[in-house]
Amino acid sequence: MRRNIITLALACAASGAAAAEVAPGNVAFEVGAVTQSLTGQPGDPVRGREVVGTKSLGNCVACHVNTEMSDVPFQGEIGPPLDGVGDRWSEAELRGIVTNAKMMFPGSMMPSFYKVDGFIRPGNAYTGDAADDSFGPLLTAQQIEDVVAYLLTLKE
Amino acid sequence: MKRTAAITALLGAITAGAAWAEPAEDKLTINGEIEMTTWTEPSAVVEGALPEVISGWHFRGTETRAMQSDDFDNPGMIFVEDAMAAWDEVEGEAGKSCASCHGDVEDSMKGVRAVYPKWNETAGEVRTLEMQVNACRTENMQAEPLKYTGTDMTSMVALISSVSRGLPVNVATDGPVAETWEQGKKLYYTRTGQLELSCANCHEDNYGRMIRADHLSQGQINGFPVYRLKNTKLNSVHARFKGCVRDTRAETYKPGSPEFVALELYVASRGNGLSVEGPSVRN
Repeated sequence: MRRNIITLALACAASGAAAAEVAPGNVAFEVGAVTQSLTGQPGDPVRGREVVGTKSLGNCVACHVNTEMSDVPFQGEIGPPLDGVGDRWSEAELRGIVTNAKMMFPGSMMPSFYKVDGFIRPGNAYTGDAADDSFGPLLTAQQIEDVVAYLLTLKE
Repeated sequence: MKRTAAITALLGAITAGAAWAEPAEDKLTINGEIEMTTWTEPSAVVEGALPEVISGWHFRGTETRAMQSDDFDNPGMIFVEDAMAAWDEVEGEAGKSCASCHGDVEDSMKGVRAVYPKWNETAGEVRTLEMQVNACRTENMQAEPLKYTGTDMTSMVALISSVSRGLPVNVATDGPVAETWEQGKKLYYTRTGQLELSCANCHEDNYGRMIRADHLSQGQINGFPVYRLKNTKLNSVHARFKGCVRDTRAETYKPGSPEFVALELYVASRGNGLSVEGPSVRN
């Protein structure tokens, strides 16, 4: 997981302290919610917005309508709208849902964005080949924090 | 679709003007002659799983739907013409063509597509149409097999499908195929890859809805081979399966593999009652 190591290295360099990142397998869920920050660093809502709206990143709008970014075309209709999620859910709940929604909603179609095991026939991204050593979570810990920070800005 | 209606209302309330994408109400007639069944009651196979069985034709735009209604406008028919020439072509050590044994394709192959995949007693296996074509080539013609998802094979399957257009898909699910059918059903509901998506997540639970720019259909395969405007060629069932599984960020199965044969048997049976449409036109 080169990407995570780089993220961690950057975080350490920026803060000067070894803020330990929570590994995907060590995330502590309480009724689907995750209280502890995955990075110890505040999320950046601007970067989070980019992750939510960009196909090669989170691509959240593939399934969720989000009026706040109506400039992004082709928003999906699979999951509930993101409008107002910052009022409906707490920070810990949003972190839990984005990390692994199935912990709160068993059977949810939503992919788990910070998980690395338990998959059936995991692949190497969209190549159709088997996963190799580069296999990592869909989003980095900091990207999860950024998305949570952005979602908290979506008020009714 | 009560479920979608309720959500439409909800969405409408939240995001005024949100486009909703129901399957289009329309009627398909080919060449002004062949009346097609594209929307029908569920068979016993999908009882409880689907309230109605709908061809992918209804989920495409007006122009794409129109292209399929006339063979002069259907680009898939160019491949059918190529296969008609191949049908008469002598190949292999036995000095035979398809026509040597089967005669006129329109007579001998009528109804064949509708019941495949099916059990082959001699071989003791479930065969797809592709497998049967290659068995014929290697055993009877003593010719080289065709690549499973190659253009020659897919064109031949399109020719054989085209003479069954309008006939109802009627794939057997019991007797000697029952075990393979169960395996296919299990695969249909298995959530593969890093995105943990099954066929059912999109094509049973969410058909009619948009996932990004894609209008999700029921994933019916009665229209295969499919001419896709996206890649401007004929696409086989297993090539499409491979693309779908790949998009779940999974290691795919191989075209012609036992897994995809089983999945094809199961998915084909979900469309029992729809007309054979191949070659159809989709985007």
